[in-house]
Amino acid sequence: MSETLVPFDEVVERFDPALGLEIHVELNTNTKMFCGCPAVFGGEPNTQVCPTCLGLPGAMPVVNGKAVESAIRIGLALNCEIAEWCRFARKNYFYPDMPKNFQTSQYDEPIAFEGYLDVTVPDENGGEGETFRIEIERAHMEEDTGKSSHVGGSDGRIHGADYSLVDYNRAGIPLIEIVTKPILGTGDKAPLVAKAYVSAIRDLIVALGVSDARMDQGSIRADVNLSLAPKGSGVLGTRSETKNVNSLRSVERAVRFEMSRHAGILDAGGSVLQETRHFHENDGTTSSGREKSDAEDYRYFPEPDLVPVAPSREWVEELRATLPENPAVKRTRLQGEWGFTDLEMRDTVGAGALDLVEQTVAAGAAPQAARKWWLTELARRANDAGVELTELAVTPAQVAAVQALVDAKTINDKLARQVFDGLLAGEGTPEEIIAARGLAVVSDEGALSAAVDKAIAENPDIADKIRDGKLAAAGALIGAVMKEMRGQADAGRVRELVLEKLS
Amino acid sequence: MSELIKKTAAELAGALAAGETTSVELTRAHLDRIAAVDGTAESGVHAFLHVDAEGALAQAAASDARRAAGQSRHLLDGVPIAVKDVLATQGLPTTCGSKILEGWVPPYDATVVRRIKEAGLPILGKTNMDEFAMGSSTEHSAYGPTRNPWDQTRIPGGSGGGSAAAVAAFEAPLALGTDTGGSIRQPGAVTGTVGVKPTYGGVSRYGLVALANSLDQVGPVTRTVLDSALLHELIAGHDPLDSTSVDAPVGSYVAAAREGAKGDLAGLRVGVIKELAGDGWQPGVMERFAETVDLLKELGAEVTEVSCPTFVHAMATYYLILPAECSSNLAKFDAMRYGLRVVPEGDPSAEAVMKATRDAGFGDEVKRRIMIGTYALSSGYYDAYYGQAQKVRTLISRDFAAAFEGVDVLVSPTSPTTAFPLGEKLDDPLAMYLQDLATIPANLAGVPGISVPAGLAAEDGLPVGFQVLAPALADDRLYRVGAAVEAALTQRWGGPILGEAPTLEGPR
Ligand SMILES: [Zn+2]
Repeated sequence: MSETLVPFDEVVERFDPALGLEIHVELNTNTKMFCGCPAVFGGEPNTQVCPTCLGLPGAMPVVNGKAVESAIRIGLALNCEIAEWCRFARKNYFYPDMPKNFQTSQYDEPIAFEGYLDVTVPDENGGEGETFRIEIERAHMEEDTGKSSHVGGSDGRIHGADYSLVDYNRAGIPLIEIVTKPILGTGDKAPLVAKAYVSAIRDLIVALGVSDARMDQGSIRADVNLSLAPKGSGVLGTRSETKNVNSLRSVERAVRFEMSRHAGILDAGGSVLQETRHFHENDGTTSSGREKSDAEDYRYFPEPDLVPVAPSREWVEELRATLPENPAVKRTRLQGEWGFTDLEMRDTVGAGALDLVEQTVAAGAAPQAARKWWLTELARRANDAGVELTELAVTPAQVAAVQALVDAKTINDKLARQVFDGLLAGEGTPEEIIAARGLAVVSDEGALSAAVDKAIAENPDIADKIRDGKLAAAGALIGAVMKEMRGQADAGRVRELVLEKLS
Repeated sequence: MSELIKKTAAELAGALAAGETTSVELTRAHLDRIAAVDGTAESGVHAFLHVDAEGALAQAAASDARRAAGQSRHLLDGVPIAVKDVLATQGLPTTCGSKILEGWVPPYDATVVRRIKEAGLPILGKTNMDEFAMGSSTEHSAYGPTRNPWDQTRIPGGSGGGSAAAVAAFEAPLALGTDTGGSIRQPGAVTGTVGVKPTYGGVSRYGLVALANSLDQVGPVTRTVLDSALLHELIAGHDPLDSTSVDAPVGSYVAAAREGAKGDLAGLRVGVIKELAGDGWQPGVMERFAETVDLLKELGAEVTEVSCPTFVHAMATYYLILPAECSSNLAKFDAMRYGLRVVPEGDPSAEAVMKATRDAGFGDEVKRRIMIGTYALSSGYYDAYYGQAQKVRTLISRDFAAAFEGVDVLVSPTSPTTAFPLGEKLDDPLAMYLQDLATIPANLAGVPGISVPAGLAAEDGLPVGFQVLAPALADDRLYRVGAAVEAALTQRWGGPILGEAPTLEGPR
């Protein structure tokens, strides 16, 4: 079916978008939500299972206390109220990856409810960003399903597959589902607000330490609900629900695409189907998901095999005291302390280097120097190695030590890069690497002076330009000297000598 | 017939301790009895769906070895037992009386099964039951009915007709049953045996294939009150695998039974439930009941009539809550992981396999309750049915609480009738449901109940049950009162009631 897509600019001229986001966070508890099986990613299929998570006849669930704790901490971090008494409920539907053909979840009695999270959408032109308050309806506990893989047929979908396999290792892994209220008034910022919200949730989850928070591995999964209403009408349109959008960029693109698609349908006088949709990473489009009916009646009722969860107020307050600084507040504080521009701060956060820079500064480096190393030299190396910055075999303390050696003029920036080579190769401390590789800058004034004289003699034209006051030409001479010294010279001192001799 | 099989479990334990017999000898005696009278789906008592002679004898030999080494684990170590087929038994088939689980062998033990194994009780086999415990006659078993040892043309009660009949026919001295709305007590009543539904949460449900999770409870099925107390103490207690199990010390049931058997109930306040009598109650049942109430007075109890007005709604409440829970519980039987798998012609989808399997694997009564439950939970009907039923349930609990403010125990006949002929109510589900009229309120409120034999009805000479109900966690009162009634009546009759039952011959 071909769809008419309305250009985004036109959509926001004539329509008000309403967003809704449901984020599933896979907790990093040792064991599953309702049994003692390990809750770790990977593992041979169907090896991390027991009667309970396989749904064998007679087996019963027992609530994982650690998961409840994580749920409460997430709820508190989202400024939610924590239920004094809540229950699990069964969500009934048939699907082969559901061991019991019901999911043990929470329905009308979530553990956390009525919260909010403030997110800031950066200004395109580098100005002050705009802050939106996202109202949180609820955060509730539930169990993950097994994982189906469809073999044969087209693109791994169930339709047309030759057969399907189910891995129940994932069945029963604790999930927290965070549901927003309808997010209104975002206008043309809707895609960015959605992205900023998911990003903020991810940061929060990382700071809480309750999940691996890897969107690429599915430990954070976002469902994006979107509807449009005629501008200024104040009503809510029919929504579509795009499932399992697995990167921040995809969240933004999915919202953008759905806005254009909805507008096309509404412009043509059609009505939007309330349905589940799939997002396609390759072209940024969505398509109708026919696998589950959205209008299904889940026949929720309280899980009779579990007793209510009733966290004491004392416990809730104890957990509140363990909450880390709100990531957004922390960011603002650090930016002030470091004197970074908005752009520098955004790049630092975007590169996942905020904590690394913070630790490097704490180890004694100047903030700008710390930022420079992590965002250029080390980011490039992480990228080359295909790993996260945090996974690189260089610690913030080592970066601070290298910068201290630069500050002491023992090495220069170029030599520092070779020190990082040595660190990554595991050759010892920065000092040991400098000694072993013979990297220290030459501080012998005589040798340096001779090299400068030689460079002037070999480049008379450039020397003349400098004598005529064209100081920018000095770079070429400095380069020649550095080459002669095989890089082991203090470029600042070389510049001083060149200018001295040609003045 | 070996005289050993006529002995109670307590007597067998004594004989073992005295070295008068061995576990192998008495296990073999019960296996011989099973071979002689149990028969098949077509004839005989048919209390067992699966007999594990080899396993039972091996467990018996191990028990004897322990005893010889002075390492017996429990008073009942070496006394054989039968287990209702709704409890998961590692290595033994567990079908729940359903075709959909034919051939399924659990890889784990129910907690109660683990406890009896650890105590050293040889497991004779798995007993017949209505499919997924839905019924009051064991006629809904997919493997053929169990027949009442008193009259093999009649029902043994249900759903646990197999366990009750096995004990009544001297095929086992002890059995485990489960009671969701009377499935231990009503079979006990109609077979002249003792059955106890413990307080909800008193015994672990882990490994009990749930019918209705909020109503189910595992309990003892025996020929004497003392034997029930012994078995109850063994299986009771908190289980970390069952969140709904009560974390409280197990009561002194054996001591209460021994105390009650002395026959002194002075000061005990007994309430006769007014609502559990009247039209439709078999006259012979009411006669034996009235007689037993008089007996309580003779033993020193103060008897009053107590009204529990909401009990008349118990049946309707039960038949909304139970189907709702079971419709969800039974969803897991979908041919994907275990049990029956029916694959339709062609190249069917998983959904088509699920449909075909469930259509072929479930009996009519199961399908009926799945449909009722699915409907009761549906969007738009939830409040009117399931939600309303839960409110009535609360009112029933309040009626119990109010009644127990004035009395220590409540009493009623266990079942409105004696055993009816096989087939009589099969086409009339409502008539079948009425069998549990008196037993259901206890499940809805979670309170414990016992059924003890009260004699034979004049019109048909068949056993009548006397029910005693106590407040939650006061299960010991059941044993005190039950044992007092049992001792006095046994003396009056000149021996146990099962002595009146016809002598069973092997199947023709
Ligand atoms: Zn498990």
